[in-house]
Amino acid sequence: MSVDQANRGGTGDAPLSTATMVQEPTAPKGGDLVKRHRLATRLWHWTNAITLLVMLMSGLTIFNAHPRLYWGDYGANPDYSWLQIGSANDRGYVRVGSVQVDTTGVLGRWTNASGTVENRAFPYWVTIPSTYSLADGRLWHLLFAWVLALALGTFMLVSLFNRHIVRDLHITWREWSPRHIWHDIKDHARLRFPTGLAALKYNILQKLSYIGVIFILLPLVIATGLTMSPNLNAGFPWLLELLGGRASARSLHFIATFGLVAFFFIHIIMVVLAGPINEIRSMITGWYRLPRDKGSDPEPVAPATAGESA
Amino acid sequence: MTDQSPNSFLLSRRRLIGGLGVGAGGLLLSGCDALTANDQFRSIMHGAEGLHYSAQRLVTDRNALAKEFAPSERSPVFRANGSINPDSADYIRHRNSNFADWRLVVDGLVARPLAIPLAALMAMPQRAQITRHDCVEGWSAIGKWQGPQLSHILSLARLLPSARYIVFHCADAFGAHPYYESIDLVDAMHSQSILAWRMNDAPLPVAHGAPIRLRVERQLGYKHAKYVMRVEARDRIDTLYRGKGGFWEDDADYQWYAGI
Repeated sequence: MSVDQANRGGTGDAPLSTATMVQEPTAPKGGDLVKRHRLATRLWHWTNAITLLVMLMSGLTIFNAHPRLYWGDYGANPDYSWLQIGSANDRGYVRVGSVQVDTTGVLGRWTNASGTVENRAFPYWVTIPSTYSLADGRLWHLLFAWVLALALGTFMLVSLFNRHIVRDLHITWREWSPRHIWHDIKDHARLRFPTGLAALKYNILQKLSYIGVIFILLPLVIATGLTMSPNLNAGFPWLLELLGGRASARSLHFIATFGLVAFFFIHIIMVVLAGPINEIRSMITGWYRLPRDKGSDPEPVAPATAGESA
Repeated sequence: MTDQSPNSFLLSRRRLIGGLGVGAGGLLLSGCDALTANDQFRSIMHGAEGLHYSAQRLVTDRNALAKEFAPSERSPVFRANGSINPDSADYIRHRNSNFADWRLVVDGLVARPLAIPLAALMAMPQRAQITRHDCVEGWSAIGKWQGPQLSHILSLARLLPSARYIVFHCADAFGAHPYYESIDLVDAMHSQSILAWRMNDAPLPVAHGAPIRLRVERQLGYKHAKYVMRVEARDRIDTLYRGKGGFWEDDADYQWYAGI
């Protein structure tokens, strides 16, 4: 790293444009390895990765016990469900409202690992356990629920005290401006990612999605999960009132879950586009190589260009 | 790395990630199934269940009431689930005689064992409540229930200090295994725990547990034993039937504490 810095310390056309960077020769720049993620963030990230996967897959087992969703205080087979995954006439389907989509082979009706056709909502390859057992799904779900809630709570507290939230997630007034947000959306659409030191800062879309996950989706999925408990409903009736009743809370639990699944896929796509090895390393070891600016990236054939500029 | 053409590198990386993905997925699935079958891991999961039970008792007032609804908020149709028509000769005989010579047996760790006719249960002080029934599967239905409080019956029988659990022995059976359930004294003495003989202002239908069923409003549906024939006070439940305190607990390893 220091060699890198020494080599390019003197070139006037460094990729970093701000004046302070030029005046500060020790400031890291494109190509340098920098410490990016703190231990608490990394620990929480990987704990969460495993926990959310287990919660999702065991949750799908539980959903399979009654693959219908309702709004309001109650909902059972005789009542109108706004979402249903089922099977009829040897076909699997998903119905949302009055719109029904054939999903044979994947949802509602599918073939299990031993070649037998099963009429069940989610297939064996996304459920824990892979053979249907509501009791076992609940045991998994309720064990990892502890991990999910305690890890989130701990991460929130630690991130408050180590200033991760204030420093990295806090959205400034300037960032809230529609022009700034639109600019960021365009950059994302063109897959134009920040380079150099700018890559260390979360941009507005990143901040919004991390805030959405940490402060909205995860608390919502935990709160709606807690309201599935009839004993807690007796102890804390206001929570269920707030969420619009038991059947609504169950629907919101499902919707929040799929919000998290959507985040997961976007997250993975962004990691792959931004350079998966660098990104994954930074989340394991904490060390991140600052991306070089594409326009003025020094090539291995540097002597020629250096001669030109001289 | 400088000599490697970016394309071949990307391709191998993509192949690597894809292979890892499929491999990890298969490993995850079989790993989770192996863990599910592992006795030690199961005891960890049941440990978490015990933690839930303690935490729930800690944070919830033991007298906290389940929400009660207005008559208009009831489910139009209340789904009947599990056993809906017990077929033992004894039960059929009682059902055909409208439970005229049926008796609810109250025994075990009580000072005064009882055999209570249905008419006597109906003559006791009654509690009526419109509550939500939450099945472990995820569906809910709201209905009105009426009957004497379990605490009243237990006080008539004079519960001994050594009693820790109340067990409900039922007339329905799955194969060789009769249905039964058990609850702790916190839920047994709760004011909404009743032995309901009326549902939605009519005699309790057979499909819903005639002549009486337990309502234990702060727990899931499988704890609400139907066709209750006998109420037994015990100091332990691990010596009963297959040892886990209830039919579904024994049969499928459901959680004994179903307040969650």
